[in-house]
Amino acid sequence: MSPLDLKKGASRKSAYDLKTPFSDVNERHTLAVLVDNVDGVLARVIGLFSGRGYNIDSLTVAEVDHTGHRSRITVVTTGTPQVINQIKAQLDRMVVVHEVHDLTVEGPSVERELALVKVRGTGTERVEAMRTAEIFRARVMDTTTESFVFELTGAPDKIDAFVELMVPLGLVEVARTGVAAMARGSH
Amino acid sequence: MTRMSGAEIVVKSLIDQGVDTVFGYPGGAVLPIYDEIFKQNSIKHILVRHEQAATHAAEGYARSTGKPGVVLVTSGPGATNAVTGLTDALMDSIPLVVLTGQVPTFMIGNDAFQEADTVGITRPCTKHNWLVKETDALAETLHQAFHVATNGRPGPVLIDIPKDVQFAEGSYMPPKKAKTSHYQPQVKGDMQEIAAVVEAMAKAKRPIIYSGGGVINSGSGATQLLRELVSATGFPITSTLMGLGCYPASGKNWLGMLGMHGTYEANMAMHDCDFMLCIGARFDDRITGRTDAFSPKSVKVHIDIDPSSINKNIRVDHPIVGDVGHILEDLLRMWKADGRRTNADAVKKWWGKIDDWRAIDCLKFKQEGNIIKPQYALERLEALTKGMDRYITTEVGQHQMWAAQYLGFEEPNRWMTSGGLGTMGYGFPASVGVQIAHPEALVINVAGEASWLMNMQEMGTAMQYGLPVKQFILNNERLGMVRQWQELLHGERYSSSWSESLPDFVKLAEAFGAKGILCDNPEDLDEAIKEMLAHDGPVLFDCLVEKHENCFPMIPSGKAHNEMLLGENADTANAIQAGGAVLV
Repeated sequence: MSPLDLKKGASRKSAYDLKTPFSDVNERHTLAVLVDNVDGVLARVIGLFSGRGYNIDSLTVAEVDHTGHRSRITVVTTGTPQVINQIKAQLDRMVVVHEVHDLTVEGPSVERELALVKVRGTGTERVEAMRTAEIFRARVMDTTTESFVFELTGAPDKIDAFVELMVPLGLVEVARTGVAAMARGSH
Repeated sequence: MTRMSGAEIVVKSLIDQGVDTVFGYPGGAVLPIYDEIFKQNSIKHILVRHEQAATHAAEGYARSTGKPGVVLVTSGPGATNAVTGLTDALMDSIPLVVLTGQVPTFMIGNDAFQEADTVGITRPCTKHNWLVKETDALAETLHQAFHVATNGRPGPVLIDIPKDVQFAEGSYMPPKKAKTSHYQPQVKGDMQEIAAVVEAMAKAKRPIIYSGGGVINSGSGATQLLRELVSATGFPITSTLMGLGCYPASGKNWLGMLGMHGTYEANMAMHDCDFMLCIGARFDDRITGRTDAFSPKSVKVHIDIDPSSINKNIRVDHPIVGDVGHILEDLLRMWKADGRRTNADAVKKWWGKIDDWRAIDCLKFKQEGNIIKPQYALERLEALTKGMDRYITTEVGQHQMWAAQYLGFEEPNRWMTSGGLGTMGYGFPASVGVQIAHPEALVINVAGEASWLMNMQEMGTAMQYGLPVKQFILNNERLGMVRQWQELLHGERYSSSWSESLPDFVKLAEAFGAKGILCDNPEDLDEAIKEMLAHDGPVLFDCLVEKHENCFPMIPSGKAHNEMLLGENADTANAIQAGGAVLV
């Protein structure tokens, strides 16, 4: 289930209320967590997830405010609505956490991920890899006579699709940043 | 700003926070702080005999006073020994401030002598923790630590202080200047929800109030308001293990404790009610039994200061996040202002049903022959200490449940027990902490012989400080609760659940210079208890009791509130089925 079309156009309140709080269906949610960038903050957040048995599908973290020493952690997680609510409440009560936003329910949002993909091949495979890369608007970051390193940015689905196409063309290695996400609109 | 050493800053911060007692044990990495403690007279340091006991003693101090307990231990083993107490305090929402020494900053990560990753190890068992690397940050961190430990849902915090930070000079900052704005949990409840609850209270036909430790943590005002609420509505009230004393056991609306070993009337009323007002409790698995059969017909209200407790185990209809005291105040004011009345006829009928359940007399037992029943021992202890300025601590197991069932608590903060974590070895050090806080009071630790042995070294502490703590050991020479479960669940194969090679407890007491009393006959019991109470000093009371007594009533694991096992005639043969067997 794509988080992007799930709540498109729905208001904040109604989107929240539409959910069955005790449904058994797993949902994928993207959370943006603003934290103090202090010693061990990432360990705290990860420890919460592992200690309570929550899933982490993707995790990115970087300081976004160098003067205020705030980091933004974007975590993509899967769980029933009740588990997702628990995750948000558990995160929110941590002393280092300033804000928790569930981008999946708070309105439309954008998600982007960057990937580096290494492909080895010669002849038609090499040409095909290059052609596919153009279709996906991937950029060539490094090349030898028998390999490419592509840089690709996009939603996680797009990167999955590209990586899949590269497998028969000589895929060697993939590095992905994990999802960075942000709510659409002026706020 | 005043410049002083890190160790001086630590002690000054504690004094400015109003700390009068520190429980601790010295070691290499905290020597500078111990040196400063030596030089002053405002703070009393209590030397325990094991760091785990320091944390439990601080818990006893905190639970009986409402103030945070303070612990000072060294790095490495000092810190790791404190982990059990930290976890215990986290589970039971007890405010502790634990200071640990650490190897100097330039040696961190080198596997130095007595080095452990203390903040790493204690991250999941504290509300928050800090490693302070700069002396200048020390005072503010300490003040923040007290703020975090005592605000919102209380809990343990830990500050790890490297030895070079203790020696270095830095500036002091008084409590008022420390930045605490970032951690300000919500205390006022949502007025719309409160209004909805008032409405539901007026409609309720079969109401029940399910109170918990949160009422006690909220302070004496909250207890008072709870009692007002009960008398304003006439609703029946039960409580969790942690909440005993928030409503008086002698009160006419009191149903007794609920849950796995709660009373029949409390659990049946929880199951059949149509309106449940949960105040400062967290729907723990010991309370709910089988969650899908938990109180199926009720509208549920949950008042809790911790948003993560809402809908964690049980889905509720009216969640109200905030402090119990604030919310009860608003609730009562609205109830009175609106001139609300309960559905008196229906509630009266409901009380009739409750009285029928009460008539079962689920706590009855027969004291026959010349072997003391543990229930009888507690009944006599209750009778002979009733009305005294009394504090009770317990260890963990059958004796703990019997104490909860057979002792009555009229006031909050009089009952100290390890509820969430179930820590054997908690009670004795906790009784030490309580007695330190209340030197004139009667402090009794109701214990089992196995639990008691886990922290028996604290006899030394009790003797050193002349603490007249009474260790009331119900000695069945068994790990009673383990044995009970093996009987119900594992075909009476009593694997490692008896206490062999027990010490002679009277001689053990005498070896420490304390008084030991042995009692093995019901006829001698009253005199023996009176002798214990009359002695001005620590007493080790070895009460030999029936070895195979089971603790009833009981909701077998995996069963619902209305499927209780009652007393010795219960059919225990197939009480627990495969689904329940995996539960603890």
